[in-house]
Amino acid sequence: MQQYGLSAKDLSVYYGPKQAVKNVSLDFANKQVTALIGPSGCGKSTFLRSLNRMNDLIDGAKVTGEIWIGEENINHPKTDVVSLRQRIGMVWQRPNPFHKSIYENIAFGPRYHGVKNKKQLDEIVEQSLRKAALWEETKDRLHKSGLSLSGGQQQRLCIARSIAVKPSIILMDEPASALDPVSTAKIEELITELKQEYCIIIVTHNMHQAARISEKTAFFLMGDLIEYDETDKMFTDPEKKETSDYISGRFG
Amino acid sequence: MNAKLADRIATAIIVAVSGFIVLLLAGLLGYIMVRGLGHFSYDFLTSPPETIRAGGGIGPQLFNSIFLLVLTMLITIPLGLGAGIYMSEYARPGKFTDFIRLLVEVLSSFPSIVVGLFGLLVLVNAFDLGFSLLAGALALTVFNLPLMVRITEQGLKSVPREQKEAGLALGLSKWKTIRSIMLPVAIPVILTGTILAAGRVFGEAAALLFTAGMSSPRLDFTDWNPLSPFSPLNPMRPAETLAVHIWKVNAEGLAPDAAEIAAGASAVLVLTVLLFNLAARWLGRFMYRKFTATK
Repeated sequence: MQQYGLSAKDLSVYYGPKQAVKNVSLDFANKQVTALIGPSGCGKSTFLRSLNRMNDLIDGAKVTGEIWIGEENINHPKTDVVSLRQRIGMVWQRPNPFHKSIYENIAFGPRYHGVKNKKQLDEIVEQSLRKAALWEETKDRLHKSGLSLSGGQQQRLCIARSIAVKPSIILMDEPASALDPVSTAKIEELITELKQEYCIIIVTHNMHQAARISEKTAFFLMGDLIEYDETDKMFTDPEKKETSDYISGRFG
Repeated sequence: MNAKLADRIATAIIVAVSGFIVLLLAGLLGYIMVRGLGHFSYDFLTSPPETIRAGGGIGPQLFNSIFLLVLTMLITIPLGLGAGIYMSEYARPGKFTDFIRLLVEVLSSFPSIVVGLFGLLVLVNAFDLGFSLLAGALALTVFNLPLMVRITEQGLKSVPREQKEAGLALGLSKWKTIRSIMLPVAIPVILTGTILAAGRVFGEAAALLFTAGMSSPRLDFTDWNPLSPFSPLNPMRPAETLAVHIWKVNAEGLAPDAAEIAAGASAVLVLTVLLFNLAARWLGRFMYRKFTATK
């Protein structure tokens, strides 16, 4: 189990009577990028959001099955969700920095989790921003609002914010789909950089993006996991007809 | 009729209607000010009213209005914030919350004279509070609380869901997320609502007639012990507010300058509300900036 950052076993998600994700089992390796692709409404985002128990927030949503991180099944009623979410970072489609200063956006999480020393916090802020390739652009304006940044910078700020609390896994829900091509390229570069340390799971609509940045790709359709393999193989020689139809653009 | 013409006519009508409203407001405000300002003096603002002779002031009434506002808000804001946060973030949407919401709506549209009578029967008599600032503040809370609950709920609901999720995804507790991430974003909305609620306190008369009472004891502005019966700070003393005073002077004033006093007091009331609004807005912007580091 240890070689995997995270493993889902027979994971199903229900919204009321509707089953949005159907018995999906997937292993996500450490220090790798795994892309989840599929047409809109195929359940890939829902699947992603159940990995850090974000679906708990949605009324009527029910997640069955197991999610293993190391020796712990985190999809268990007794799991401490608050401390779990510290171990799993998340980045959304639209950049959502807190309405706080750039510094506070990053320092907020670590401070809440017990880092009170100003020097240490300064260090965490700098390191996180450096890792997110945002330090040079923001070091002179750390106390300006996070909202004063451009969209692409905001998204990198959100990535910096999530790595500041030292997660081992980062979930990304179409992190570049609201950004321009230049910012997208920067985010992709950043993801390739980050995978040296983290287990990254990324939902994307953009198949070129999946091909560029991921080691493994999982294809979802109507809540089912159709195929899961090395990205290279998926895009050149997929096993299933649905996969090749989707990848070659015949639907979706 | 072509689309262009229709568009022009619609624009003209909308501009005319807005212009009419602005004129009406300006006229009303101008009338009150012109009639009232002539009566302004330091003496008028600070001295107590006279029953029979001319030259009475509105000092205690002005103080009562402001003190009543503070008392009411001290009760309303914590309760309203708490209930609003509960309704928005903790209660599961369903029949129960719909029922609470219905109660809240009904409560806020209660005729104020009915609330006044309720205050007289329950607060003043049954609870034996007597005609007092506290009874008045509690009666006003009946109107203000629903407004405050609804505004807080709306304010929190208007915070983008991603903000809340981002807080939770960082491993913050629910309460920490609400307190430190969501409430600061919701402050402008909540503050606007609070100002509206506060404005009602200044303007309300009917609900106060039978609760805060229609008289004010001779206040001793050197005595700040809240337990002393002549201290301005004593919440258990009767307190006639400015709005009630205007009504009383107009209805049964015996002083020869009753009309001028009413006009002057009206102008003071309007100005106070205006100043209060400006101050509250400034405070809100200041708080928002402090919490969110914008500009």
